[in-house]
Amino acid sequence: MAATPDTADPVKSTGLLGWIDQRFPLTKLWREQVSEYYAPKNFNFWYYFGSIALLVLVNQIVTGIFLTMNYKPSAAEAFSSVEYIMRDVDWGWLIRYMHSTGASAFFIVVYLHMFRALIYGSHRRPRELLWIFGCVIFVLLMAEAFMGYVLPWGNMSFWGAQVITSLFGSLPVIGGPLLEWIRGDFVIADATLNRFFALHVVALPFALVFLVAAHLMALHEVGSNNPDGIEIKKTKGADGHPLDGIPFHPYYTVKDIMGVAGFLLVFCGVIFFAPTFGGVFLEPANFEPANPLQTPPHIAPVWYFTPYYAMLRAVPSFAGTQIWGVLVMGAAIVVLFFLPWLDRSPVKSIRYRGPIFKVALAIFVVAFLVLGICGMKPPSGIYPMLAKWCTALYFAFFLLMPWYSRLDSTKPVPERVTGHA
Amino acid sequence: MLKRVVMMAAALLAAGTAGAQEAGGPQLLQAGNDITNIDSLQRGARNFMNLCSGCHSLQYLRYNRMAADLKISEADLKANLMFTSDKVFDTINSAMPADAESWFGKQPPDLSLIARSKGTDYVYSFLHGFYADKTRPWGVNNLYLPNASMPHVLLDRQGMQKPVYKSESEGGGATMELVGVEPMAPGALKPEEYDQFVRDIVNFLDYAGEPIKAKRESMGVFVTLFLLVFFVFAYLLKKEYWKDVH
Repeated sequence: MAATPDTADPVKSTGLLGWIDQRFPLTKLWREQVSEYYAPKNFNFWYYFGSIALLVLVNQIVTGIFLTMNYKPSAAEAFSSVEYIMRDVDWGWLIRYMHSTGASAFFIVVYLHMFRALIYGSHRRPRELLWIFGCVIFVLLMAEAFMGYVLPWGNMSFWGAQVITSLFGSLPVIGGPLLEWIRGDFVIADATLNRFFALHVVALPFALVFLVAAHLMALHEVGSNNPDGIEIKKTKGADGHPLDGIPFHPYYTVKDIMGVAGFLLVFCGVIFFAPTFGGVFLEPANFEPANPLQTPPHIAPVWYFTPYYAMLRAVPSFAGTQIWGVLVMGAAIVVLFFLPWLDRSPVKSIRYRGPIFKVALAIFVVAFLVLGICGMKPPSGIYPMLAKWCTALYFAFFLLMPWYSRLDSTKPVPERVTGHA
Repeated sequence: MLKRVVMMAAALLAAGTAGAQEAGGPQLLQAGNDITNIDSLQRGARNFMNLCSGCHSLQYLRYNRMAADLKISEADLKANLMFTSDKVFDTINSAMPADAESWFGKQPPDLSLIARSKGTDYVYSFLHGFYADKTRPWGVNNLYLPNASMPHVLLDRQGMQKPVYKSESEGGGATMELVGVEPMAPGALKPEEYDQFVRDIVNFLDYAGEPIKAKRESMGVFVTLFLLVFFVFAYLLKKEYWKDVH
């Protein structure tokens, strides 16, 4: 170190910190990732959801650890152990509601975070890999949430798992054996609960934390996008820092604390006043223990899966197999990974895009919300038809994007960011 | 943009509450119970323990937890609400033998979570829904749970009701559709008294479904107030730091 001093930015620390810095790049990491990570100064409301998603992840892990201390992953005891947590464990009800509300909050926050990327073009070059890491996180999150939902072993847990795992059974040839391999039994049973528990508390959180770290490293490598969709690194000052950038710490740490306070107001409002959220976050049928002999009157997944569930149901069986619905549902997720290459607009941000994109986006948002509602409702009346149309619109938004995004008019993009919120 | 988020949340909420009501069957009556009303909860506990607990357990609720939450002394609890050899720290089990299925055709269900799985309005309606039906083993059927296997335990209080049918003739054959019930023979309680009697039971079952509920909601007020103050300070801190950003 002394022979080749890092003249650009030497770490001058003494005492205990100095001792650590000579052995571990603590100050260096802090500077690179936080105190000297320059973020655009014009972040708006939409930019809160990244840090909030991180907070929710930590909430899920910490409350999850405490739940695990009293939860019993066995078909005979799981349901009772959750009620034990709700009634006999000190503050168990709060921990459980933080975890169950956290699951729904995670999806709300992640959906808004992804929407932010969509409107400001945060998935565009050079942030394609950042977006792909995010998509993988989304897929893992869905797996994590699905398995977590099975653990309370209520009747909706049981039948939801029965329906969703049976999707794998629709695959040709390997379907049957694969299904049995996933469930570890011929139906959802004790063996299934045990393996879902293992995956939910060990494997998937591990993978999620790793990917979130990769997501942040990729972000800090390429730098944050902003509501104007321009690269702040293009205009640097004499000190080598972007003129439109400000250090993440303290500016965005204090701003995110404010965002967190706002989020917690809503989050705690749900926890303390409406933990079931009218039967949407915790479904009434799940307050009955799993009963393989009694199907709930209407099986629907939790709200965050319903847009995709509606797509699954919207596709009719064809040539004697249900596989097409499963493929469409899978494709709806897979298509997200290709977004950076589907978008051919010369500008990134919605601020400088023309009317075609804005209309397409509005249609997409409405279609996605309608799909979510269709997935909650029984497949009768107007809903199957609505679901079919909205599935078509969902795919049209992505698959026609290479054409309409190029055709669309644009406004001139400024050199520098426009103000700050 | 913020408006869009609020609209999204409102749409989800509307979809959710609509979904909860969409169970089919006749329109449910409104329970209108209040879990902060200790008097009502105490009466509900008394009614439940005297009339329901013979058949229905509350396997997740402990006697002493109930006594503490409902401000019932241990002496009162033992003298008036405990009819089995259970200890005060035991959960509320019924005296029903394991072969009760042969008596009723169905094991009387545990009611710990009935208010959460079926809703308070459902329980309130169910206890208002018995009507005379000679074809059923106990001589009664239920408007809200067709072919219920439960006898009308509150018969002497409510009195008997009779079914109201609407005849529909379509395609030649006339069908009778059950649309409601109306009083047939009066009971010991006036209709308003019976409503309150049932409301107390429902209130108690609402409590039993989630004993922490009333405390949770009162704590929520303080949590919200704290967060509002915290938000103001967070906002001022942010404003102070961001003074020099132009």
